[in-house]
Order: sequence, then structure tokens, then C-alpha cells
Amino acid sequence: MLTTFRTWALDDTPTSRRQAAWGRRYRIWLALRRNPLAMIGLAIVIFFGGLAILAPLLAPWDPAAQDLAHRLARPSAAHWLGTDELGRDILSRILYGGRVTLGMVISIVIVVAPVGLVVGCVAGYFGGWIDTVLMRVTDVFLSFPRLILALALVAALHPGVQSAIVAIALTAWPPYARIARAETLTVRSSDFIAACRLAGASPRRVVFRHIMPLCVPSVIVRVTLDMSSIIITAASLGFLGMGAQPPSPEWGAMLAIAKRFMLQEWWVALSPAMAILLVSLAFNFLGDGLRDVLDPKQN
Amino acid sequence: MIRRLKSLGSQFGSVLATLFGLSVVTFMIGRVMPVDPVIAAVGDNASQEVVAKARAAMGLDEPLIVQYWHYLTQVLHGDFGQSVLTHNEVASDIAHYFPATMELATYALIIATVIGVPLGIWAAVRQDSLTDQIIRVICLAGHSVPVFVLALLALIIFYAGLGIAPGPGRQGIIYQDMITPVTGFLTIDCLYAGDWDAFRDAVAHLVLPVSILSYFSLAYITRMTRAFMLDALRGEFIVAARAKGLSARKVVLNHAFPTIAVQLLTVLALTYAGLLEGAVVTETVFAWPGLGLYLTKALMNGDMNPVVGCTLLIGLIYVALNLLADILYRVFDPRVS
Amino acid sequence: MLVDIKNLRIAFTSRGKRFEAVRGISLSLGREKLGIVGESGSGKSLTARALMKLLPKTAEVTADTLRYDDVDVLKASERQMRKIRGGRVGFVLQDPKYSLNPVKTIGSQVDEAWREHKRGSAREAREATLDLLDQVMIRDPKKVYASYPHEVSGGMGQRAMIAMALAPNPELLIADEPTSALDATVQAEILRLINDLVEKRGMGLILISHDLPLVSHFCDRVCVMYSGQIMEEMAASDLMNAQHPYTRGLLNCMPSLMHPRDRLPVLTREDSWQEETAR
Repeated sequence: MLTTFRTWALDDTPTSRRQAAWGRRYRIWLALRRNPLAMIGLAIVIFFGGLAILAPLLAPWDPAAQDLAHRLARPSAAHWLGTDELGRDILSRILYGGRVTLGMVISIVIVVAPVGLVVGCVAGYFGGWIDTVLMRVTDVFLSFPRLILALALVAALHPGVQSAIVAIALTAWPPYARIARAETLTVRSSDFIAACRLAGASPRRVVFRHIMPLCVPSVIVRVTLDMSSIIITAASLGFLGMGAQPPSPEWGAMLAIAKRFMLQEWWVALSPAMAILLVSLAFNFLGDGLRDVLDPKQN
Repeated sequence: MIRRLKSLGSQFGSVLATLFGLSVVTFMIGRVMPVDPVIAAVGDNASQEVVAKARAAMGLDEPLIVQYWHYLTQVLHGDFGQSVLTHNEVASDIAHYFPATMELATYALIIATVIGVPLGIWAAVRQDSLTDQIIRVICLAGHSVPVFVLALLALIIFYAGLGIAPGPGRQGIIYQDMITPVTGFLTIDCLYAGDWDAFRDAVAHLVLPVSILSYFSLAYITRMTRAFMLDALRGEFIVAARAKGLSARKVVLNHAFPTIAVQLLTVLALTYAGLLEGAVVTETVFAWPGLGLYLTKALMNGDMNPVVGCTLLIGLIYVALNLLADILYRVFDPRVS
Repeated sequence: MLVDIKNLRIAFTSRGKRFEAVRGISLSLGREKLGIVGESGSGKSLTARALMKLLPKTAEVTADTLRYDDVDVLKASERQMRKIRGGRVGFVLQDPKYSLNPVKTIGSQVDEAWREHKRGSAREAREATLDLLDQVMIRDPKKVYASYPHEVSGGMGQRAMIAMALAPNPELLIADEPTSALDATVQAEILRLINDLVEKRGMGLILISHDLPLVSHFCDRVCVMYSGQIMEEMAASDLMNAQHPYTRGLLNCMPSLMHPRDRLPVLTREDSWQEETAR
């Protein structure tokens, strides 16, 4: 069955739009597969994603269950990664912390990418005062360092996961608007767009059905590359006590508490640090590989 | 000439518009709080009249636009309000703490540039070799690790573990308040005062935080230098230069590098802005008495005036640095005429 | 004999597939003018660059013989090649917009070519450059000397490139599509300039182009390349009597004032031309 799909997708003369689209996707996958680092990144991302989703099934202990008699225990057969300052199993907390991080990241991306895409395409296509106003707003948000603005917003709202999500989302959307706008500007004056308009397509149709799909690859690349930055910002917020609040097993918050025990019981901090590092690295590898495949000019 | 002035004018106009937007956003942040700032100021047990009086004194009973106008005029006069924690004017607090952050950022940028640019050139010239891969991984790691993780690690290894780095803070206890601030840069002030012991102490305290910060800047600078160089080395003029019989070194340094020099300058300007952001978290770990520590302390205590003031200041610096980068491009690149 | 090439092969490997761009080229050249004609992708530029060892490391270059005069290019070290490049062989590239360094003045780039092979002071270099710019028929050498490549027209940029190539007084000039990026009116001037300078200095010339009549006008001999091989080689005067169907096809496709036709024929390529023939 796989071989029939392969021949169908790689057919040089596709007969339907679906076939052409799948052919394109499959070719991208083949090109990506040739990049070992990108494959490692993808594997790690899928692995952690799977761990996060299956955490309730995989976690050996309840992440909130305290066992003060065995606090700060070394890694052992019972507790693979040891226990933290309240005797909670670190492995289980890492797994559930992955859920928190994954949830935050998905919430942010779901909002940020479409909003940025729409804003950028609209600004780029219509030009004029719409463009000026939208880009002005984008510039204002771009002119803050991401973490600072997020911190200020969270402090104003109320430290917690929801505030962190809102804050990071508000700081993360501008680059996507910029990218989408740049792509739109290059495409806007091309012949096939003129052909669409001559055929009577409304501006809404042109923007949403023709221009936006062309901007999607760049946005996807940027999202993947941005993931690590978003994860790190979320962890930083957690570390500064502004993100997920204890007893939530968010990795950054875990590190904030583990800081106190770094001298003697260093393994308490090692696990969340490694988790953040691995996931960020993975997204960076994957993003780099995607960028090489989708837009080889930008090395 | 007229056209040039016009384009500069429109650029300044857009910068002003951005600054205006900045002030609006920071104002909104300050007013969005669910915690009533009046209660925060006068306490939970104050009577109704006191609360009403305080509210009027703070100007919080007036429409939002009027409040914004007050805010804007105050800011333009350099008045950022008062800090509830320190009881000082935020502006004077900022003036007190900012030089320490600038010292960190400046040294980190210098080191990152001096090491990062040659590293990026090297990686580009040896593209896809083992050296290149190693450099790329180093840069990628810098991009994938939170600053505080590395900072914590460094503290453990070099302070707690090996004992070769001094503890947190900017100076040892015995040197506190011994040097009169001239530039705000402790190292320079020590040299100015001729106090060698204090100087060595200051440098020793600088080593770890500057190393961490410069690593992160280095990751970015090296990556951009490499990307720019790879792009430049693909040009036909490189083939022409080699065809003239020039050595590889001359081709890379005299032909390829000058074409990216201006782009690099803008990268450096942006890196400095990013360093301010990195300093915020690093200062928390190293208890460095700079703007970052001031900001995070205010954050943790819900003291909004310093938060808004610092955010506005950093935003301003960001805009200024972006503008500088743009100007550098227009002035120095002969292709843009 | 300046150039001696026998059975040159150049191959590239991309995405796991190996592709031979040049398949067994043999040609030789003395102090004469040779034209290499072919369509895009025929491998003519690659041949010239292989001779100067300017191909990227990813290129596999093999040959029975690849010599420039007394130097075996295949075995030559980078140091030996650097003496040849510029000093003994000048190279003129296609588009001065891209082949001149955009952030350096034209004068400084020609100076550099001069100083690399002739030891001299900066002032001597400048004088030599101004003289060269004059030789390539640039009307205001001082102004062009101080200009950047984007500030001058294509024709002037190309003249500057020629000056740059001739500055170290080489024996051979390789011109890789020197007029393809220029307006038709300027093309003839530039070629005439190259021709005059080469003849005056007694140099050899390899003129690479896709323009058959142009090449036949200015060169002594012509090589026709297709798909990495030489299809035919003959004296320029003999061009009308070409035998190979590809050359004949090219000749037939050219519009002519002498022999007007209703329709220009379309060149049909035979697959048999792709096969390697032992030469």
C-alpha cells in the first residue's frame, strides 16, 4: 500500500489538485529525511509529544504525591530520576510538566500563527493606510524584547499559566505578520494573482485562498524555529515565578525550586534542565532542516 | 538631497509613531492590573475617605485618556513615578542600577564580537567540514538553552565546585562603596581611582556573568556571520577575485567580508538590545545589582511603577538601537545611495 | 601550445545522484583565437573554469591531460595556480553587475589585479590602472576609477573587467560570455575591443558564447559543444560547411537578410547526440 501511495504521489503528471499537493508534501518529506539532524529533531519532538500525551498512563507515581521521608533521594529503581524537595517523583513530574509545556506551546501557536498570517497578508495585499496602521502596531510589539514584555504583562495580569500564555502570545505574533507580509508583497504583483482578480475573485478570496497558502511554508518554518524560543520564554517565566505556579510541575518552575539544592542534590535540577534543552534543540534541528528543504536560498 | 531628507523624515516619523505606541502599551500594562493600585498603596485597612483621597491624588478617578496624558507628560519629564519597595523615584533608581547592566552588556558584546565574527567566517569558509558542524552545534546549543540554566551550571561548577569564581554580586563585601562612581562602569572607575585590588575584585566578579551572556550573543553573532559569509561567497565576484590570482585569505577577508560588514554592524546593534533582555535573568542568578535585578524584584512584589518604567526604558533602547542599525546601513553601505 | 586538454571530464554529485556535465572534451590552443559555442548547460563555462582550477571542491575533475603551457593543472598546487590565474591567464566574466565587488571602487579592483602580479607601489598601480581604463576606451578614467560598480553602465563595467583581466599582462584571455548581459548595440563594441587588445598584445583568446555568428566573426577556430561534448570543431571560415547536424541546425535557425524565409526552422535534438563518441 505504501508503494502505491509513493508512485501515486511522485507521479510527474498529477491529474488532480490533491495529487499534486500530496506529491509536494511527500517530496518535502523525502528531502527532509535526508537530513540526519532534522530526523533526530523530529524523533525527539514526537517522543516528547508522545510522553506528554501519554503521561497519565506512563507516570509511575502521582506527580503531586509527597513522600517527605524520601525527599531529595538519588535516582534509584523506584524513582528513576530521584525525588524533589517534597519527596515527589521527578520522572512523573517531568512527564506531567511536559503536558503543561505542550499545552502552553500549542495554545500559543494556535493563536499566534493564524493571527500573524492574516494580519501580514491583509497588510501586504491591501497596502496603503491599512498596511501602515497594521505595521505600526506590529512594530510597537516588536520593539519590546520578548521576555521583558511578557514579564510586564504577566505581572500586570496575575502570575499563572493563562497569563503566561496571553503574554507570550502577545509578544510572539509580530514576526509572523512580518514574514507573511513580505511573502505577500513578492506575490501580490505576480501574474497569477492578476489572473485571479481578472476572473472576478473578491479581495477576500484572493487573500485567503491564493495568497495565504503561499505564505504557509515560511510560517511553518518560523513556527518550528520559534518553538524553542517560546519554550525557553515559558521556562524563564516559570523560573522567575511568573509562569506556572507551584505545585504545577512546569519545568522552569521546577528549576527555580531546584536552584536551592544545586550544590548537594544536583540531580533535582538536572532533569528539568535536560528536558528543556533536549526539546529546544530538537525543534531547532527540525526547524533548520525544514528551512533548508522549503527555502534552500536562506542558509 | 530633498529625497534623502524626506526619507529620513518619514523614518523619524515612523520611529515617533512606534514610541507613541510603546507608551500606550506600557500605560495599559500599568493600568490593567487586577490588584487595585490604590489599595496596594494605602493598605487594606484604610478607611473610605483615605482611599478616595488617595485615588484622587493618584489621578485614578479621571477618564483613561486624561490619565494617559498625565502619564505621557510625566514620562517626557523623566518622571516614572515612585517605587513602593524602595520608596525612591523610579527614575533615580533606574539611573542608579542601569550602569551595572550596561557594564555587563558592553563587555559581553565586545567578547562575543571578537570571538564570534572570526568563528563565523571560519565556519563559512570550511562549510560542512567537521569544524563547521562543531561550530554550528555550539551556536545551536546557545540558542536552545535558557540563560539561567547555563548561569546556574556555571555557578555550581566554578563557584561551589571548583571555588575559583567569587560569589554572587558585583563586588566583594570589603570593597562595597569604596569606589566613587565616575562612569558607572566599576572596572573603569577602579582604574580611575588607581585601586588595583578593587579592580581585580570587580573583574573577578564580572567573569562568570559576562562569559554566560557573551556565549549567548556569540551564538547569534556567529550564526549570522556564517550565514552572511556563505551568501557572499556564492557571488560571482568571488570567482573573479580568485581568477585574479588572489590567495584564499585575501579573497575571504578583502572581498567577501567587506560586503557583509555593514550587515554585521546592524546585527551587533540588535545583539546589544538582546543582551539587555538576557541580563534580566542572568542578574537574578548572580545577584548582580543591575536593572534586571531591580525589575525582577519589582515584578515579584507587584510594584508596577518600576516594571512599567523599566519596560518603557528597554523598549526605548530597543527602538533607538534599531534606528541606529538602519542609519548605519544607509550611511556606510555604498550600494545604498 | 598554451592550452592542451585531452579527455576532460567534470562530474557533480547532488542529492545522491552523480551527473557528468563535461564528458570527454579535448581541445588545444596556441596564440590564436578559439571560440567555444554552445547552449546553456553544454559545459563550456565549466571547461574554462576547470582549466583555471576555479571549480568548487564538489566538482570531480579528471582528464588524461589538462595542461596550461608547462604546468600540469591537475597536479598543480594552489600556489602554482595562483601564479597562473591573473598573471598568465586573464578571465572576463559575464555580468559586471555581479562579477565586480559591489563595495569596492572599480579603480581599487583593477589596482589589486595589477599589484598582485607586478610588485609596485600604490601610486604606480593607480597610474597603470588609469592607463588601462583609457585603453579600454573609457572616456573619463579618473571618474570611473573612483566609482562603484553599480554607478556605471553595463558596458563600462565590462570594459573595467577587461582592464582588470589585462592589467597583469597575461598570455591568454578567457572571455566567458562577455557580452551576454549587455545591450545589442554595446555587444559589438566590446567584442571589437577585446579583439583589438588581444591582437595588439599577441595574446591567445578563448571566447565562450552562445552566439554562433558573433564567435565565427571574431575567432580563428570554433568548437561547438552540446551536452558536455564537442560536436564539431573547425576553422571559423569553414563554418558554413559544417557537417554535424547540430551545427547545421544552429546555422539554419539564424534569421538571415540574404535568405529570407517564411518560418524559422526549429532545432530538433537527436538523442544520439547525447551518446559519447570516442574522439
